[in-house]
Amino acid sequence: MNRTFSIGGVHPHDSKISKDCAIEALPLPPTVYISVAQHIGAPAKPIVAPGDKVKVGQPIAEPGGFVSAFIHSSVSGTVKSIAPRADLAGNKQMCIEIAVEGDEWYEGIDTSDTLNTDFSDDNKEIIEKIRLGGIVGLGGATFPTHVKLSPPPGKVCETLIINGCECEPYLTSDYRTLLEKGPQVVTGTAILKQALSVDKAVIAIEENKPQAIEYINKLLSDLRKVSSKYTGITVMSLRKRYPQGGEKQLIDAVMHRQVKSGGLPIDVGAVVQNVGTALAVYDAVQKRKPLIDNTITVTGECFPRQANLLVRVGTPLSFIIDYLGGMPADAAKVISGGPMMGKAISNLDAATLKGTSSLLFLTEKQTRRRPESSCIRCGRCADACPMGLEPFLLNRLAHAGLTDELEKNAVQDCIECGCCLYSCPANIPLLDHIRQAKGQVMGIIRARAAAAKAAASK
Amino acid sequence: MSKLLVSPSPHIHADVSTSALMRDVVIALIPAVLVSVVFYGWSELLVLGVSVASCVLLEYLVTRFMMHKPSTIGDLSAVVTGLLLAMNLPSSTPWWIVFIGAVVAICVAKLSFGGLGQNVFNPAIAGRVFLLISFPMQMTTWEAPQGLFGADAISGATPLGQVKEGLLAGTPLSELVNSDYLSMLFTNIGGSAGEISALALLAGFVYLLCRRVIKPHVTLSIWATVALVSLIFSLAAPERFTGPLFNLLTGGMILGSCFMATDYVTSPMSVVGGIVYGIGIGFITMMIRYFGSYPEGMSFAILLMNAVVPLLNMWFHQKKYGRA
Amino acid sequence: MSQTIIWTIVIIAVLGLVLALVLWFIAEKFKVVEDPRIDEVEKVMPGANCGGCGFAGCRAFADSAVKAENLDNHFCPVGGNDVMQKVAAILGHEVKAKAPQVAVVRCNGTCEARPVVNDYDGAATCRVKAALYSGDTGCSYGCLGCGDCVSACQFGALSMDPATGLPVVDEEKCTACGACVKACPKAIIELRAKGPRGMRMFVSCVNKDKGPSVKKACANACIGCGICFKTCTHDAIVFDSNVAYIDYSKCKLCRECEAFCPTEAIHAVNFPKPLDKDAVKARVNERKKKAAEAAAAAQTTVKEDKQ
Repeated sequence: MNRTFSIGGVHPHDSKISKDCAIEALPLPPTVYISVAQHIGAPAKPIVAPGDKVKVGQPIAEPGGFVSAFIHSSVSGTVKSIAPRADLAGNKQMCIEIAVEGDEWYEGIDTSDTLNTDFSDDNKEIIEKIRLGGIVGLGGATFPTHVKLSPPPGKVCETLIINGCECEPYLTSDYRTLLEKGPQVVTGTAILKQALSVDKAVIAIEENKPQAIEYINKLLSDLRKVSSKYTGITVMSLRKRYPQGGEKQLIDAVMHRQVKSGGLPIDVGAVVQNVGTALAVYDAVQKRKPLIDNTITVTGECFPRQANLLVRVGTPLSFIIDYLGGMPADAAKVISGGPMMGKAISNLDAATLKGTSSLLFLTEKQTRRRPESSCIRCGRCADACPMGLEPFLLNRLAHAGLTDELEKNAVQDCIECGCCLYSCPANIPLLDHIRQAKGQVMGIIRARAAAAKAAASK
Repeated sequence: MSKLLVSPSPHIHADVSTSALMRDVVIALIPAVLVSVVFYGWSELLVLGVSVASCVLLEYLVTRFMMHKPSTIGDLSAVVTGLLLAMNLPSSTPWWIVFIGAVVAICVAKLSFGGLGQNVFNPAIAGRVFLLISFPMQMTTWEAPQGLFGADAISGATPLGQVKEGLLAGTPLSELVNSDYLSMLFTNIGGSAGEISALALLAGFVYLLCRRVIKPHVTLSIWATVALVSLIFSLAAPERFTGPLFNLLTGGMILGSCFMATDYVTSPMSVVGGIVYGIGIGFITMMIRYFGSYPEGMSFAILLMNAVVPLLNMWFHQKKYGRA
Repeated sequence: MSQTIIWTIVIIAVLGLVLALVLWFIAEKFKVVEDPRIDEVEKVMPGANCGGCGFAGCRAFADSAVKAENLDNHFCPVGGNDVMQKVAAILGHEVKAKAPQVAVVRCNGTCEARPVVNDYDGAATCRVKAALYSGDTGCSYGCLGCGDCVSACQFGALSMDPATGLPVVDEEKCTACGACVKACPKAIIELRAKGPRGMRMFVSCVNKDKGPSVKKACANACIGCGICFKTCTHDAIVFDSNVAYIDYSKCKLCRECEAFCPTEAIHAVNFPKPLDKDAVKARVNERKKKAAEAAAAAQTTVKEDKQ
């Protein structure tokens, strides 16, 4: 029996209808809009001005703080403006608008397809290359990778976990990446392993992707014969269950360890990186190619043409949709990301970000929420919660505004995976309210920590 | 293109709803209902019909015209309450007593607390206990099972009733206990519809487990407690106390433990809480059976433990991730 | 029989006595000594426990007021000046009278003026909606229409107008406790001075976007043209990030800005007569003309002086 995480979880229908679509490159759009806030942490600071000529892979914004990342031009052309532009939720974000002219790459980037599985063993150099490449975690949180690779002093990493679970229904970009860019992903894994100086790396793949498991295993056994840098990397097949790809759940599944509330994975000796990130790391370290494109699954039963597209960062969503045949008539909701944790898009003119993994089209019938009825206290939400919380209780406390009680009942541990709302027979918008309460309680905890710090420094 | 839908995640929903869960409970009760109708005849059908019809009608009238809310009969919970109430009554119960039971169950025990999900006590049991106290004569006159078109119905006591009366009269236990457990499993013992066929009820219980409508921990902990308590007592004083098998198969034990104690609303949310709740029900039932003046204690036990549920919910919680 | 009755009486009497003693003993032992003035102050409070004063309730307010050295940081918005006078009398402090305030909704994005462009399907609260995205209309600053303010109001002073989709304040019932201000995630509701005979003026828009995009989103919005700012002779209009704001401490209620506002975003309430826009415009234009002439004349004098 394959491993999985120990608490809660649900089994939504797989719906990986685009899994046999090979990755294809999307043609260049006429204009890209590159946001300076594509990662967790401080937004990047633009270092170009309107009128400047830029090339593909040229840095156009530098980190705005320690937890921040470089941003590179994904096209060659002229910077038109640097102005606020509505993102997919309609909120204004500072964007660099570039009119595309040709496809000229920045100096020093290796654009050839030749595979290079040998890399330097200078950790500092690797991490610096990753930093300069503007690599961020592509599993959803878009946390700057170089920060994650520099554990705080005193913390030792024992295992690197490469997340290839792709537990969200519909998404297939990681799966296609594993199948088509397997050697690059494996090399990227070895580079990450080197950067962290760990002996053990696990590529975790759910058992519903047997082809990928088999292929990566074969690649690994071949590479191990060539270089000692590939020993210690193994593939682990995990039972299918959502949200296995959640960082905390994956660590539980792979290592049987649980990260303490408020702690980091490194506290239990783990660092988790996504398959897409491993590929980006390979590109940045071996080819000096920064993170300027990513694979996006375009899918949905109502969408006429399923696809896995290689898309330049900053491409307008409407351009992608038009390329694939336009908006289907019966699509009611467009989601960026998977159906469990993705964001509903209200503005189709928004541009893609580094972390955009999918465009999913759902029909009214598939996605419209059913009318809410009263809680029958069946406890399904509590059974489904992968953090062992009691959503029914948190929802009640949130309505009553009892922040102390909410904190006592660990609302701040919520990972917003959506299992509670997904499994509620009364269709109560549990997560909507819990997310609010979590934000409120996190604010209180942060304020308290800041006050304690101020008091300590006095 | 129409306007885009926008909502917070998740964007899909499991194929589950309150009415589907309740429908499963109704389906699970069908074998027992069929058996009881076949064995008790038309009078049982009348009790069932009156009970279900009045529960649904009352719920509709009260929610629409007293609470001024949309009617909630669509969730089928009133049907479940009606069925369970009927299965707790003797088939000879006059229709107006059944109706009073429905009034207590739906209006008093359920809707006055705010409707489904808010009630502290199991409505069907509250209705039954109210009738048991108010109409003890009618509620303890049991017909011995007869065929669907059977001639004279013979009234007799339930096995538990026989034991209680016999012990009070000084008859030794060995003469009182009918040790034909196989017949208890199938049918053939006096009692209410819900007591008549343990096997049909267990079939429904297994159905609910397979459909993952309920979890087995409450039921199992009741059975384990009843078995343990009766084993200890019957070993200590075999002439006074009945044994485990007798206690597990008689009275409302199966109906209560499988369908009433496992009611979502009135049982604890956490597994540990559920086990404690089950132990409480088993223990109180056995204490009433052995020492109380009523021959059967399942309803009282469940009702008493219902009152403890909020406390159990406060004490016992789910095991949380990353917190010892 | 009679013996049973006697025994019953005796037992109950003894039981009552013992329990009374126990209760008395406990009450003595756990007695909390409190300033009696707290009770007195609490008695004159409205007892709404709304939290509008910034304390957890009327009792907490009373407790704090009794301990405070003066009443500068204590004001009960519900009871207003009357209650504060009474509190001051009890505590022997002085209070300055505060101008009565009222909640004002600064959004006029009615259903007609601000068409709905997408279909919100989440929990029907403004807070959830605001956290999710910019809203179901083109305006990302305006009222979300889920009525968080209405449910926050303990005095029934707010209601949603189904025709406009906006909340309406009942001035009679509004106590200016500020609960709605805290509840609104878009910071649309503001407490403003009620003004003489309830007359007051305010800009009913908070959209900070630039003119063209605002115009596209809502027909009733402040487009940041700045005409009101140029018109005002009392320095009462603050113009910041493409939106005007009327400082009620400086506004003289002359209604000149209202006459010039191209989108009617400036609202004047409780005035006895509707505004005669043309007359005001003519008046202001005349004044401006005179001022321009005077300036020109002054300039010529300066020039002449120089010569």
